[in-house]
Amino acid sequence: MAKTLTIAIMDPPYETANTTTALRIVNAALTQGNNVTVFAYEGAVNLTMKGQQPHANPVKGTSVEQEQHPTTKDWIASLFELARKNSVKLEWINCGLCVDERGAGDWIEGPRRGSPKDFYEAAQKSDGILVIPAK
Amino acid sequence: MTQDFSLTQEDLMAKYLFIESRDPYDSADSPNLLELVKGVRERNQDVMLFLIQNGVLATRDGARHSERYRDLARAGVSVLADSFSLRERAIDRVVDGVKPAEIERLVGLLLEPGTKAIWH
Repeated sequence: MAKTLTIAIMDPPYETANTTTALRIVNAALTQGNNVTVFAYEGAVNLTMKGQQPHANPVKGTSVEQEQHPTTKDWIASLFELARKNSVKLEWINCGLCVDERGAGDWIEGPRRGSPKDFYEAAQKSDGILVIPAK
Repeated sequence: MTQDFSLTQEDLMAKYLFIESRDPYDSADSPNLLELVKGVRERNQDVMLFLIQNGVLATRDGARHSERYRDLARAGVSVLADSFSLRERAIDRVVDGVKPAEIERLVGLLLEPGTKAIWH
């Protein structure tokens, strides 16, 4: 039977290894057939911004295609796809006030707007909770 | 009004999962977390320590501070190190007491009933 894991994350994209770890945990949980709720707080609301673009690497002289630079919005889009494929639920909640502060409201398909109250309610219903704070 | 800090039945039954993402070379409070882990274990609690990211750095066999993980394992703490983080740092031999583990194991631990997870 599917369990539900709730994770709160706060780091903005491309800053710390916490982001990679959080996405690895979400990937593993969905792959195992569990539901996942992510509450993106503070800078983490930028993870799902639609306008992210991969870039070339002028130092190495590689093109965009050669560099294969991963963007967090693509990783997260693939997690939504994985959830659909495995018939489990990925709920991604972006903190509304954090979004407004940062002007970060143009997202990929999937996330919804919410508040810390949503995190509290998700935590109450979850089988496991993990909070990954910013350093 | 005074607060009651005595242990509840839920506290006594809890499994404590500490997740350490920092290393003792860069983070001065990393040893404090290990002291906390040790202290909770000394209260006869079920304690797990999952090392991840730079948290695995000092598990390299022979590295300075690696003995701390060995001592925790001897004290009954289950010490696991994320395999991906070990590979990223070319750590192929860890100190006695530390067991490499995949991220799926961490998910399993997080979803075990009664687990309280603390990220550092």
